[in-house]
Amino acid sequence: MVLQAIFFYLFATITVASAFMVISSRNPVHSVLFLILAFVNASGLFMLTGAEFLALLLIVVYVGAVAVLFLFVIMMLDVDFVELRQGFLQYLPIGGLVAFIVFAELLMVVGSWIIAPGAVSSITQPIPEMSGPDGISNIQAIGQVLYTKYVFFFQIAGLILLVAMIGAIVLTLHRKPNVRRQDIMTQNARDPKTAIEIKDVESGKGI
Amino acid sequence: MLSVFEIPNVNLATPEIVLGIGAMVLLMVGVFVGRSANTIVTGLALALIVIAGVILFRMQGEGMAMHGAFIMDDFARYMKILALIGSALTIVMSVTYMRKEKFEKFEYPILVVLATTGMMLMISASSMLTLYLGLELQSLALYVCAAINRDSPKAAEAGLKYFVLGALSSGMLLYGISLTYGYTGHLDFVGIADALSSSERSIGLVFGLVFILAGLAFKISAVPFHMWTPDVYEGAPTPVTAFFAAAPKVAAMALLIRVTMGAFEPITHDWKQIIVFISLASMILGAFAAIGQTNIKRLMAYSSIGHMGFALVGLAAGTQAGVNGVILYMTIYMIMTLGTFACILAMRRKTGMVENIEDLGGLAKTHPVLAICLTLLMFSLAGIPPLGGFFAKYFVFVAAIDAKLYWLAGIGFLASVVGAFYYLRIIKIMWFQEPEGEQEEGFVPMANELRLVLTASSLFVVLYVLFAGPLFELTTAASGSFF
Repeated sequence: MVLQAIFFYLFATITVASAFMVISSRNPVHSVLFLILAFVNASGLFMLTGAEFLALLLIVVYVGAVAVLFLFVIMMLDVDFVELRQGFLQYLPIGGLVAFIVFAELLMVVGSWIIAPGAVSSITQPIPEMSGPDGISNIQAIGQVLYTKYVFFFQIAGLILLVAMIGAIVLTLHRKPNVRRQDIMTQNARDPKTAIEIKDVESGKGI
Repeated sequence: MLSVFEIPNVNLATPEIVLGIGAMVLLMVGVFVGRSANTIVTGLALALIVIAGVILFRMQGEGMAMHGAFIMDDFARYMKILALIGSALTIVMSVTYMRKEKFEKFEYPILVVLATTGMMLMISASSMLTLYLGLELQSLALYVCAAINRDSPKAAEAGLKYFVLGALSSGMLLYGISLTYGYTGHLDFVGIADALSSSERSIGLVFGLVFILAGLAFKISAVPFHMWTPDVYEGAPTPVTAFFAAAPKVAAMALLIRVTMGAFEPITHDWKQIIVFISLASMILGAFAAIGQTNIKRLMAYSSIGHMGFALVGLAAGTQAGVNGVILYMTIYMIMTLGTFACILAMRRKTGMVENIEDLGGLAKTHPVLAICLTLLMFSLAGIPPLGGFFAKYFVFVAAIDAKLYWLAGIGFLASVVGAFYYLRIIKIMWFQEPEGEQEEGFVPMANELRLVLTASSLFVVLYVLFAGPLFELTTAASGSFF
């Protein structure tokens, strides 16, 4: 138990610290690297609660795909980030004030935290028994509901991704009329008769 | 454990399924047809929306589906038909504009269909997950629509601004949902309402409620979450602006009614204060900020902010008469707004679109019919009897007075008097200013589809008294779903 608590505080502290570094570091590449650190530590937190599938998913999807994509975008775009940060100090006091007020209010809320008495028994999806000989794995537990009870949400999420894809194509695809494309059909349909012309060149005369 | 793959009552969601699958089919059609795809896809998209509307109209069943995530009742049916009408009319209105402005993209009608699917899911939401997913489906399609004319820097700015602020509001909404889940243990509205009525409400839950309402207020562009509205309305292509002002507002308002009257019904006292404040602030800002505007699209943005405030007066009452008033208000608002945007879309000279209020100078001389229609719509937006807009305001104010919110109704009345000023200013410019210079030539002849929308809308506001009775019965049945 003590070991678990130590690891929890370790992961949590590094997550918060690296999240802060994401927004405060000068170099955007460093920001993305700190973001990766935050993801890895968050997945450690998932691991501590026994959600090993989500933990690995976080690493595979966010670290493996999303963060790498971020790195690509940041390195490809020629954005002057120093200029973007010009207003940072100017807006710091008012932004800091707002953040402080919200934080203080949230502290007051957490201070009066009362979990509803029936909350544990009535949670939306009871977590099946995971340990012991009859226990099922994380993936099984998710699989039991994702395509049955939650298939509706799953399908809407799919539609949302479709919209995102359409949007990306609509907003970025430029059709250039003068581009010469490779047309394999015409290439294959050519034969020596149409493609080349044989000239009988007499020696010493040129064409 | 669910061993068999089954979704109870899936037939209740037939219109949504038809729209979703239809959008994917249209996408394939658009890709394979190639050159003339825009015309074909626009026609098919319109047909699809009509089919969904007919299915909805003929559908008998009621109740919950998808394990309590989806609800179908009279309210959902009415609001969905309204949203479908709004989407269909905006597609119709965009046809000529798209051709003249040379950005024929077949994706636009498809995005409108997908946004409409999102709206219908929002209207039928009975779980926080459906609420969020429906909202995101709708919003994401709208962000793309705002920036769809990507060669115009203004449209790109509008799209980006809308996207960034929309993402922020989604974050607030999700935070609120997670707090609500933490304090009640439920995601479905019925469960939340049960948990709230059976135990003392905690302060944390009120926090969640505030965040959820903030996220939803952003979507109906109510003060203080309205900042994006004028810029996005001005920057987006005009048919897209017309779309933003009509159907999504209806859906977001329906969602707000569902959340407040459904999930948080036991703590009415808590959300009422918030709604009263948002309503007051929107009415006042909408009335005063619109006065100085010179661009008619920006003016319509402030006008829509004000109208959302008036509609919320009914919700603040929290009674059946109040909800009834909101439904009626949204109906009349949507039709008036679409008519006004048909006029704005008709403001085209030989050199291109114009959108300044001054460009309307002498319209009564150059285009008397257009001027008469726009005048009627402006009078109706201002709430002058016996036009439709008056009855919309009348019912919400009466509901507020019945609920003893005298000062809210009083300030609302004053705001509508102030607001009448800028509507009357447009009428003054049209009728009492002589056409000068470019104005003498007038606008190019109005496209037929705009004529159709404008005529229908003007007839609706003028003859509202004739079908006020049947419409009132329909909305009463719709609002009866909550009581």
